[in-house]
Amino acid sequence: MPHAEMVHWWFATGFLLLGMLALAETIVGSEVWGLRAWRRYLLPGLMFAMGVLMWPVMTFYTNSTIHMVAHGSWAQVLMLAGGSELGLAAGKLHSRWWRLCSVLAMLVSGTAFLVHEQQHWLFNRAAWLHHALGWTLVAGAVFPLLRARRPRSTLALGGFATVLIVVAVMLFADRDTAPIFGHLSTYAGVPHR
Amino acid sequence: MNAELAHERLEQARERSRVASLRPKLVLGIGWTAVVAGILWAVVQPWRLTILHPFHQGFWWLLAEPPLYVVVAGLVYRFLVAPSLVRDLERRP
Repeated sequence: MPHAEMVHWWFATGFLLLGMLALAETIVGSEVWGLRAWRRYLLPGLMFAMGVLMWPVMTFYTNSTIHMVAHGSWAQVLMLAGGSELGLAAGKLHSRWWRLCSVLAMLVSGTAFLVHEQQHWLFNRAAWLHHALGWTLVAGAVFPLLRARRPRSTLALGGFATVLIVVAVMLFADRDTAPIFGHLSTYAGVPHR
Repeated sequence: MNAELAHERLEQARERSRVASLRPKLVLGIGWTAVVAGILWAVVQPWRLTILHPFHQGFWWLLAEPPLYVVVAGLVYRFLVAPSLVRDLERRP
């Protein structure tokens, strides 16, 4: 079975793609972005697919109840956010307030990161990244909230894109056992590579 | 007064044109930035690429090549998403 860090890198790639797509939409504007139907479905479709792929992660990486709950909640909110954005892209949903699902997704995801990390910030790199990812997502929820109020706001979409790219960078930096700023707890184990 | 107005409009049109010509470059640049970032990462941390020292590595370690993932993500965006976006931008500046 792949190591947990490898799964983080695969999801990091997904977040990087999401970030690049959101950044491109920020640059060209929603009007040009929406000229082709497939492009409208790309970002929410990928988000939904990542939610679906989170279920096997929940199933096969259940080393504790709290991990199962965290991965399960990420799967659900990713699918909810992706699904609501898909509904908006397809014109099946009309109210801009459906974008609040993305706010909920980021708040729940961030809280799950913070709650399921039981170690302090400098225990090891994974612990530090869990805290950093959690607070980044909780703080970053302001951008989809702003987008729900002002759907054409460049700041809102650009900020959302930046959060996605920052999350990708942090997930790529994750290692199962590695020091952070020179700190590695003696209880964390031996770095393998 | 009319000449001043015409000059102002000309300046505005030039500014719009500058922005319009910058956008396609930015759209294409996102993909290349990711590609370059991935290559730089591979150079700075070559041990993150197990294909450079593949002996005695298991299947998952040979599959897990994070710097290459960044390069591939950049290429996917650059060649599958960006071209049509640039075409649409040029059609509707």
